[in-house]
Amino acid sequence: MPNGVSSPYVLQAQGISKNYGKIQALAAVDFAIGAGEVVGLVGDNGAGKSTLIKVLSGAIMPDAGELQLKGENVRLKSPADARRRGIETVYQDLSLAPHLTIADNLFLGREMFHSNFSRMFGVLNRKHMMERAQQILDELHVTVRSMKSSIAELSGGQRQAVAVARAVLWGDSMIILDEPTNHLGVEEVEMVLNLIRRVRERGIPVVFISHTLPHVLEVTDRIEVMFLGRKVKSLITKDTTLDEVIAYITGSRVA
Amino acid sequence: MSVTEGGAPIRVKQQLPLQRRGTWLQDLGDWWTFLILILLVIIFSITAPGFATGQNFVSTTVSASNTVILAIAETFVIITGGIDLSVGAILGLSGIVGATVMQNMMVHGDMPALILGVLAGLGTGIVAGAVNGFVISFMEITPFIATLGMLGIGTGLTYLVSNGTDIVNIPPELSTFGDAVLFNFLGIPALLALVLLLLAWFFLTKTRFGKYTYAIGSNAEGTRRSGVNVKAHLFKIYTLSGLLSGFAGVLIVARLATGSPLEGTNDELNAIASVVIGGASLFGGRGTLFGSTVGALVISVLVSGLVIMGVQPYWQQVTIGVIIILAVYVDQRRYRNRVLK
Repeated sequence: MPNGVSSPYVLQAQGISKNYGKIQALAAVDFAIGAGEVVGLVGDNGAGKSTLIKVLSGAIMPDAGELQLKGENVRLKSPADARRRGIETVYQDLSLAPHLTIADNLFLGREMFHSNFSRMFGVLNRKHMMERAQQILDELHVTVRSMKSSIAELSGGQRQAVAVARAVLWGDSMIILDEPTNHLGVEEVEMVLNLIRRVRERGIPVVFISHTLPHVLEVTDRIEVMFLGRKVKSLITKDTTLDEVIAYITGSRVA
Repeated sequence: MSVTEGGAPIRVKQQLPLQRRGTWLQDLGDWWTFLILILLVIIFSITAPGFATGQNFVSTTVSASNTVILAIAETFVIITGGIDLSVGAILGLSGIVGATVMQNMMVHGDMPALILGVLAGLGTGIVAGAVNGFVISFMEITPFIATLGMLGIGTGLTYLVSNGTDIVNIPPELSTFGDAVLFNFLGIPALLALVLLLLAWFFLTKTRFGKYTYAIGSNAEGTRRSGVNVKAHLFKIYTLSGLLSGFAGVLIVARLATGSPLEGTNDELNAIASVVIGGASLFGGRGTLFGSTVGALVISVLVSGLVIMGVQPYWQQVTIGVIIILAVYVDQRRYRNRVLK
């Protein structure tokens, strides 16, 4: 750690502000997340959740505020920059290519080759990628019929699981999940929530954004509530209730 | 059916999106167009005397090589979810430019004229393809419009360069090469098409280039988010399409010993038809070179057989049109229960 300062947090954001014209999307928001922590980010539409996520995933630069990743000041200039630093985002509308196999998707944009010679011609080492893909899915207890299945052949939950697995494969700093349980059946939601628990066991911080509050209450350690561009309340999940979370989200209760 | 939990609608359905109904058509998989090809060959062999001869095999495969090469180009483009309407026009322009350069360079000797002419033809294809790629990737004009524009530009330039007349003064070595037949059955154009086919197959199925081609057609935005430079890749795809069209143009000059401004006219239709008959989706993400080649051969065999039977040539176009519609209809039925279009 630089200057001998050891922060308990993997990522720490302080005083993050973002304006769109006259609209203040984020007003001096603080956010922090530690290793093995699952933090829920909730709030009504327009509360600033997605703007904050865009800042954390490098999609937009904040007007003010500081970001520290593993104790080091960073500026995330682009999503690619964030990914290079190990921050992976799983978007609501999946970034998977449905015609491609699971393995091809897990390594999309990060292909492996046999040698430098084969890299020159772009000749893929599919066998190695397939093995590595199988390994990561096994570790996460995700079962699929075959690694050679195309994404289109999977159920919604399995697809989400593959998307999360891809994030785990590359995101060694932090994983951001944007509405990962949307449009899923009851069993599949359970599968995705279990998957998040396994990611937590690996010590990787997970930011969980969702409108479905029961899922947030089930899987998170902490819930950050946003309201009109501000972070209004930080709740410890095991000490709170659905009613209390809703009260802060709707603004009927103010911290 | 939908149930509600915690205020959010949750769909409970579609656990088995790929469940096959097991109809004979689906069990045939991707081989049904191949069976149609075999069937056509059998029917013509019986009904058209002179079809099942070595000579006709050579002439059919040689003329098919043109469609096959354009179909290779179109396969890459269509898998990305795009379309290239200018392959025929680029073929025509490349052939004319190549032939014109050869004619003007003949004074310096046959070989220099031949080499410069071939390079000029291929270069024309690359430049025209790169212009398509630039317009599509960086001016963000849809492939249909961009290549429709190039269809007009290419056709117009072909007539401007040639003044609308054939160019016949080209090195005889080129046509000797283009006319050569190996082992009495393999014409040089067919051999070159086969080599290109194998190369293209390797790049489409074994390399990152091929993988990105499918990925972009499958989910362009997701591919971009995964860190792939989608614009650069599409630029390469259309440039490749131009290069292959240019190659086909030069090959026709070699075969006919003539640069004709009429070459390539409507060839894009046969190329697109081949790819579609071969099972590619115009929505992108799906298509194989095997399928496209079978499609190209179906068209070539049909043309050859109908000519031998003495059917009026205009019926060829009608038949090909009917086959395209049938092929897509069958394909849609096969994929009806699937998620992928």
